[in-house]
Amino acid sequence: MGIFDFLRARPKNTANVAKERLRIIVAQERAQRGSPDYLPTLRREILEVIKKYVNVDPDAVLINVERDGDHEVLELSVALPEKGAAVVGEN
Amino acid sequence: MTDIIVVTSGKGGVGKTTTSASLAVGLAKRDKKVAVIDFDVGLRNLDLIMGCERRVVYDFVNVINAECTLKQALIKDKRYDNLFVLAASQTRDKDALTREGVESVLNGLREEGFDYVICDSPAGIEKGAALAMYFADRAVVVVNPEVSSVRDSDRILGLLASKTRRAELGNGPVEQHLLLTRYNPNRVESGDMMSIADVKEILGIEVVGVIPESEGVLAASNAGIPVILDEESNAGHAYDDAVARLLGESRPLRFIDAQKKGLFSRIFRS
Repeated sequence: MGIFDFLRARPKNTANVAKERLRIIVAQERAQRGSPDYLPTLRREILEVIKKYVNVDPDAVLINVERDGDHEVLELSVALPEKGAAVVGEN
Repeated sequence: MTDIIVVTSGKGGVGKTTTSASLAVGLAKRDKKVAVIDFDVGLRNLDLIMGCERRVVYDFVNVINAECTLKQALIKDKRYDNLFVLAASQTRDKDALTREGVESVLNGLREEGFDYVICDSPAGIEKGAALAMYFADRAVVVVNPEVSSVRDSDRILGLLASKTRRAELGNGPVEQHLLLTRYNPNRVESGDMMSIADVKEILGIEVVGVIPESEGVLAASNAGIPVILDEESNAGHAYDDAVARLLGESRPLRFIDAQKKGLFSRIFRS
């Protein structure tokens, strides 16, 4: 570290940021590997239906196919906004 | 036994062809009979890196279409008698490569007693890349310590585990090796670049080599001499280590520590 370092803006440790972002996206993409191709479309359409009734974020809908022995389970989870948040059509 | 090694990455420009050329030369230097094949149909470049671009008469697709024999299409390296290059075709026909055609060429190389066949994959996950990996026994996955390269490599690892002959026949997985290129220890130390451990942790495969970012690589491709032959270049030495490790030797990683700065640069951070 040089004695004039205080004159410079300290850059963040971007390598750690990269690693964390990759860790999440890679885990997510691995989980989707081998799952049916229609999942993204299904997710989008479900989101559109929900949006008719509640204001949810695009990332509030999680959809996943879990393998359990011989059969597959379609997992769907929707995080609704906190109580008091605007409901579509009420305002 | 012919060992078929695919050099692949998903992302372009990370050093697949540079790596293919240096691995092929390194194996040939150790008296192995080696063929290195360019699978990048339409964008032939391995010939330039190997320095044999003016001696290409027949190519991979010519062999597949029986327009010449395999022997006629194999370009013998000027430096090593036991090293041969099979150039990609410059055709724009996407369907020029077929699985049957690739298999027949690989079988031909087996019959000719080749010890190693290096398949230089094109970027992407389209047909050329899929065929380059399909028959592989081992894969060298070339990765830059950078987000898009790491993510694409993980995608390639998924394909190696499912879309290869080994995977389909249940003959055991394609052995996966991680080769980091353009590694800059100083930037890793300052926190600008992911470290070897970071990339290894995300991808979860063993490291076969770490090639430092080096001026020697561009100089080597300018000259058509694979960088492994450059005695002055750290990248060349690092490739030589990687070849030794591919052959089962254990060698410590080199050129992975940051250079100590002198007093002057320490004061002024120049």
